[in-house]
Amino acid sequence: MNDWTTICRLEDIPVLGARRVARPAGVAVAVFRTADDAVFALLDRCPHKGGPLSQGIVFGHSVACPLHNWTIALDDGCARAPDDGCVPRFACRVEAGAVLLDAGELARHALDLEAPRAGPGAATAGALDDESFSVQAPHGA
Amino acid sequence: MKRLKLVLVGNGMAGVRTIEELLKLAPDMYDITVFGAEPHPNYNRILLSPVLAGEQTIDEIVLNGWDWYADHGITLHAGRKVTEVDRIGRLVRAVGPDGEVVETTYDRLLLCTGSNPFILPVPGKDLKGVIGYRDIADTDYMIETARTHRHAVVIGGGLLGLEAANGLMLRGMQVTVVHNSGCLMDRQLDTVAGGLLRQSLEGRGLSFRLAAQTQELVDDGAGRVKAVRFKEGPEVPADLVVMAVGIRPNTALAESMRLHCNRGIVVNDTMQTVTDPRVYSVGECAAHRGIAYGLVAPLFEQAKVAANHLAQWGIGRYQGSLTSTKLKVTGIDLFSAGEFQGGEGTEEIVMSDPFGGVYKKLVLKDDKLIGACLYGDTSDGSWYFKLLRDGRSIADIREKLMFGESNIGDTGHEGHSKAAGMPDEAEVCGCNGVTKGTICKAIREKGLFTLDEVKKHTKASASCGSCTGLVEQILMFTAGGDYSAAPGRKAVCGCTDASHQDVRDAIREQKYLTHAQVYAGLGWRTSDGCATCRPAVNYYLISTWPKEARDDPQSRFVNERSHANIQKDGTYSVIPRMWGGHTTPDELRRIADAADKYKIPTVKVTGGQRIDLLGVKKEDLPGVWKDIGMPSGFAYGKSLRTVKTCVGSEWCRFGTQDSTQMGKDIEHALWAMYSPHKVKIAVSGCPRNCAEAGIKDVGVIGVDSGWEIYVGGNGGIKTEVAQFLVKVRTAAEVMEYTGAFLALYRTEAWYLERTVHYIARVGLDHVKKRILDDAEGRRALWEHLQFALDGEPDPWFESVQASVDVRQFVPVAEVPA
Repeated sequence: MNDWTTICRLEDIPVLGARRVARPAGVAVAVFRTADDAVFALLDRCPHKGGPLSQGIVFGHSVACPLHNWTIALDDGCARAPDDGCVPRFACRVEAGAVLLDAGELARHALDLEAPRAGPGAATAGALDDESFSVQAPHGA
Repeated sequence: MKRLKLVLVGNGMAGVRTIEELLKLAPDMYDITVFGAEPHPNYNRILLSPVLAGEQTIDEIVLNGWDWYADHGITLHAGRKVTEVDRIGRLVRAVGPDGEVVETTYDRLLLCTGSNPFILPVPGKDLKGVIGYRDIADTDYMIETARTHRHAVVIGGGLLGLEAANGLMLRGMQVTVVHNSGCLMDRQLDTVAGGLLRQSLEGRGLSFRLAAQTQELVDDGAGRVKAVRFKEGPEVPADLVVMAVGIRPNTALAESMRLHCNRGIVVNDTMQTVTDPRVYSVGECAAHRGIAYGLVAPLFEQAKVAANHLAQWGIGRYQGSLTSTKLKVTGIDLFSAGEFQGGEGTEEIVMSDPFGGVYKKLVLKDDKLIGACLYGDTSDGSWYFKLLRDGRSIADIREKLMFGESNIGDTGHEGHSKAAGMPDEAEVCGCNGVTKGTICKAIREKGLFTLDEVKKHTKASASCGSCTGLVEQILMFTAGGDYSAAPGRKAVCGCTDASHQDVRDAIREQKYLTHAQVYAGLGWRTSDGCATCRPAVNYYLISTWPKEARDDPQSRFVNERSHANIQKDGTYSVIPRMWGGHTTPDELRRIADAADKYKIPTVKVTGGQRIDLLGVKKEDLPGVWKDIGMPSGFAYGKSLRTVKTCVGSEWCRFGTQDSTQMGKDIEHALWAMYSPHKVKIAVSGCPRNCAEAGIKDVGVIGVDSGWEIYVGGNGGIKTEVAQFLVKVRTAAEVMEYTGAFLALYRTEAWYLERTVHYIARVGLDHVKKRILDDAEGRRALWEHLQFALDGEPDPWFESVQASVDVRQFVPVAEVPA
């Protein structure tokens, strides 16, 4: 049984954008809105290096992770080939202009996945691998 | 809907590639049947030479195994040769080795019959032991003969002939290469390089008979060849004769179908035969604009176009290819491309070191590179080929041209420039930590052919791009063929066929003001673009039509949407503006207080003379901005970053000009300027140049009598020294020239093109013409930029005017604990 709970109005999420739902424990949940007003919810954590997908560019029914430009499909949460990996999904529906998520899932789903860490001390505290920051190659390449 | 029937005749690289491209576009449109005369699945024909040389096995060169056909529901008739096509009944008839006849009908027919080796019409050509060199059967025959016989003659000193000769020699045969010209590979090499090649091959044990006319192949009395006789000179013993004097498009079937053939099956720009639009032809058998291509890159270009048309997308035209050549004989490096022979109206730059075995010739015409012939050191072949294809002016790099791209200071791969010499564990891509071994493995196992494919699968060269040349080289000798794309226009992304220039032009000419207009006007395939094209289109709109086109924050990368730099843990960095690198005790106190209040873990001084606060939570950004109370530094944008200055004449005992004030003035005038890529400026007060103006997009250096302005410097991936633009007398002139140059860059450069790449593309002369020679134009450019920047809001404090969606800084909801 789903325990649907209203999160926000549809218009609280920008078109081709996302908002975050903060949770008392675990990584936040990103709620996306596409151009055709479809709404999807994924854990706000790219399967690659944990980037916040809510901050990425939304296009079609996909989002590009802001850290290394992996493309994640919003419907199944999986990276587009040849990249490989999936992010946990959250049930989500829109009813009379309200966006609803499952309260039970919000409270319990994907709590084991940690947010990535950075800064002094992070390297010794089990951070994800370092990777140089670069998103788009120049034309000359 | 009933599926259409597609029949492919010819199970080789061109045909199967077309099917692969088609499956990507329209996986369910066709029932596909493939006929191949050879009893093998599709393999990489280019790599037969390494197989002959014993460096690879047949299994290793298979591109699409039997499973591939089954997995895609393709009916494969391997070993069944198509003998007849009835174009009226649309029926294909093939015969198997056992004489069994197979018939199938088609809606679309794809002819990829390839080519046949040309057999010299000399007496004895039909003797046993005389073969062409084309397929696995020929290769097996040669390997077998090498086990039992001693003497081989290869007729033809071209690419294929030399590879065959080399392979037979490595298999233990005594090989003589016969060539009708006095120079080996005379269609690919000039006489000097040809001579070097001959020396090197003789050193390995090959013999040559150059400028020799083959008269007869002599019968040993039992129907087998025993020698080759020439018009002049002694005959040469031969148990095996390999004819490698050229190929002829295999048009026999097409001619029997009464398709128009003229040195190949004549096709149009969509790869349809001119006789019958249901019939397509791709590959060595097809004659496009009079040319039948024998190299892999053009074939793949053709395959893409044919697939596109078969999928009924109706876009994409093949317009011909430029090709380059590389000999696949391990240990011999040669490369040639374009019009390397030179001739009327051309100039040549030659470097020759016969003792060291290195020879390079570059052929120029009208300040463009039109040909290259390299022997011994081909590490820059791909770079020259790129210059050649791009057709860009090399006037500005002419004196450096001969020394190659690697001379200009690559970083990230220990200065390696020769991929062949690198060990497998050496790192090729320093950004993504990809080794040579990883790349080779991916190319072999996944059957990659193009740079884009390698980028996607391995991430090598997918970030900064400085190792692109190395990756191309690895691709070249691992996959065999060449990796090149057709010349010229590159699409912005997969959403469109339009190039960056097309988009710029259309926005200006059609006065497009919205993304939707651009997508509709230029035929985008997606309704709302992708993460690559949207930021580019957004930039083109707002830079072309300032104050009219509206900025779309959802089309901006996160940094420009949040006005802070995202870090790897999802926090942000904040860099407030410090005009010309100047700050005050008050500002520093506020920064310190904010760092304490918001528990900011790292405070760092940047290379651009300002202070970076790292690890700020997104929720805290507005608070940090407000508490610091300094303007946005735009350190997160494709925009003017900083104007770095030295202390100048105000304090410095050597200073000749007030560089600090100059820098502050420039920064005030240009702040909040978005640009195709980031822009960095520096002003030094004397030629000691403490502000390092030589590696900035615009570098200004004060001298006693005025200011020198340099443009196009870059201290990043490749260190590029800025080029001298002009010397002016007054500070006002510095402003006008700097502003005009950046205005030109803003309106002409492609998105993500730094000034150095922009200048490399259009040429410094173009910039000089617009900025120096045309005073009125210069002032107009500067005025237009001032108009565009006038009243630009500070996104940290004027969120409404700057269209910053402040909702992003708070969660939309919080789940109660």
